[in-house]
Amino acid sequence: MSRKNLLQILLLPLLLTLAAGLGYAVLSLPEQPQYLHKLVIENMTESGVSHPVTAVLLNFRGYDTLLEMVVLLLALLAVWSLDMTDSQHKTSHKTAPSLVLDSLTRLLTPVLILVTAYLLWVGAHAPGGAFQAGSVLAASGVLLLLAGWRISDKLTALPLRIILVAGPSVFIIISALTMLLEGQLLKYPTDQAGVFIVILETVATLSIGTTLAALFLGIRPGKPDKDKGREHE
Amino acid sequence: MNPANFYALVGIGLFSIGLYALIMNDHLLRKILAINIMGSGVFLVLVALARRAENMPADPVPHAMVITGIVVAVSATALALTLMLRVAAETGQATLPDEGEK
Repeated sequence: MSRKNLLQILLLPLLLTLAAGLGYAVLSLPEQPQYLHKLVIENMTESGVSHPVTAVLLNFRGYDTLLEMVVLLLALLAVWSLDMTDSQHKTSHKTAPSLVLDSLTRLLTPVLILVTAYLLWVGAHAPGGAFQAGSVLAASGVLLLLAGWRISDKLTALPLRIILVAGPSVFIIISALTMLLEGQLLKYPTDQAGVFIVILETVATLSIGTTLAALFLGIRPGKPDKDKGREHE
Repeated sequence: MNPANFYALVGIGLFSIGLYALIMNDHLLRKILAINIMGSGVFLVLVALARRAENMPADPVPHAMVITGIVVAVSATALALTLMLRVAAETGQATLPDEGEK
């Protein structure tokens, strides 16, 4: 216990110094953002959308978003490969959802899907876009999972995986296309930039939503049944 | 002090509190929560500093970084929680073994 107290005494001044240093750095920043801000504003007409955040995410820094889709997929693969099937099955499905949760879920799921579509579309000219829409879609998925709803095993094998990889793979296909058309990675032709962005955002929304909901579930869906099948063989 | 600087300083405070909790707590769930609080502090700093002058539009680059960051943080947290469950299932406790205490 004394070791912990000693650590505490040493740690507090160190952290206070760190916070003071960071605070000084923040307060000494110049009033105006300098370089990137101007670049974004000057090139907005070429981006295909009118909201600067969406333009940065899917056009100017599309490369970041592509890699982020891969990060999401990687996290899900890591969670699935840890294979927590046994420990989770003990704890889940003991009680049926209450009447309130059940009926609210039925009521909210269509609304959430509608909000997803709206956020996806509005991202072109107002705050919104693939990540926000994907998060709302994931929220509806989490709500459904909490209410005890499970996808039928027919859909969890190939169709689920196709949706999960759709985002990254469409991104990669479009990257390759833009390499051929414009000679540069994710540099859309100026006239069709809006179309490219809508396609990318739609698949990205589906993939992000499904990946996040699958991460919440934490186990590979449909796995136990497959194992049973193997035992019979 | 304008509001942007105030929010940024609050973000730094959250970051420091999270770092303190990360170092002081043994339980892995508390460590994961601490990392999330640190992340929230960083996001708050980025969002606040995007619009430092009252009459200027917000800088979209930090906002885009935060949007990507939040989604990555959620997926990383999910992975960390699964790892924690695995550690708990293997060793019976949700803390990492300390070499000095063995």
